[in-house]
Amino acid sequence: METGIAISFWILAAVMVASALAVVWLRDIFRAALFLVLCFFSVAGVFVILGADFLAAAQVLIYVGAIAVLIIFAIMLTRETQRGSPSGRFRFIAFLVGLLFLVTVTLVVVSTDWHAITEIPAEPTTSSLAQALFSGESGFVLPFEIAAVLLLAAIIGAIVLVRER
Amino acid sequence: MAVGLEHFLILSAVLFSIGLYGALAKRNAVVILMCIEIMLNAVNIAMVAFSRYGHLLTGQVFAIFIMVVAAAEVVVGLALVIAIYRSRETVDVERIDLMKW
Repeated sequence: METGIAISFWILAAVMVASALAVVWLRDIFRAALFLVLCFFSVAGVFVILGADFLAAAQVLIYVGAIAVLIIFAIMLTRETQRGSPSGRFRFIAFLVGLLFLVTVTLVVVSTDWHAITEIPAEPTTSSLAQALFSGESGFVLPFEIAAVLLLAAIIGAIVLVRER
Repeated sequence: MAVGLEHFLILSAVLFSIGLYGALAKRNAVVILMCIEIMLNAVNIAMVAFSRYGHLLTGQVFAIFIMVVAAAEVVVGLALVIAIYRSRETVDVERIDLMKW
C-alpha cells in the first residue's frame, strides 16, 4: 500500500513536471496545450493519491473538460500557431525569479516541523465536503453564493467582450 | 521511502516555479494564461496536501473555490485575448501597448 502510493507519486510527479516544462519550452502552441492537458490529468492523479476523490473528478471535469477545450479554441481563433511562443526580453530575469522562489519555498518546507498526521482518512470525501461547505455555523454558504455571482459576471463579461459590433 | 507532506509541497513549489517562469518570460498571451493555470494547479496541490495531512477539509473547500475563480479568470482572459486579436491582429504582449505611455 505504502510503496504503491510512493511509486505512483513519483511517476505522476515526473509526468507532471515534464509536461509543465514542455508547456513552457515547446514552440508549437497547440502541442503545448496538449501537454497542458497531460499536466491537468496528472494533477488529478495526485488528488487521488491524497484521498480527494471529489476534487479529482472535478479537476478532470473542469480543467480537462472545460478550460483545456477553451484554451484550444482560443489558439485556433487567434491563429498565432505559425509564430510559435517566443520568449521575451526578460527571460533571464524570469528564470532567476522562478529559481529564487523555488529555493526559498524548498528551504522553508524542509526546515519547518509540520506536525503532519500520517494515517490515511479512508472514507470518501464527497458527503463530508458538502457538510463542510453548507453546514450552518462554520460553513461557506456566503462564499458559495459570491462564487455563483462571480461566474455569472464572468459569463456576461465574456459575452460582452467578444460580441460582434 | 514513504511519501510525506514535504514531497507534495515541494512538487507544488516546482510546478509553481515553472508556471511563474512561463508567465513572466513568454510573449504569447494564450501561453501566459496557460502558465497561470499551471500556477493555480500547483496551489491546489498544496491546499489538498495540507487538507490530507492535517485531517481538515477546509483545504479542499478552498481548492474548490480556487477552481471556480480559475474558470472565471480563464473565460474573461481568453475573451480579452480574442477581443484584442480582433482589433490589433496580434496576441504578442510586447506589441500590445495601448496602455503604455
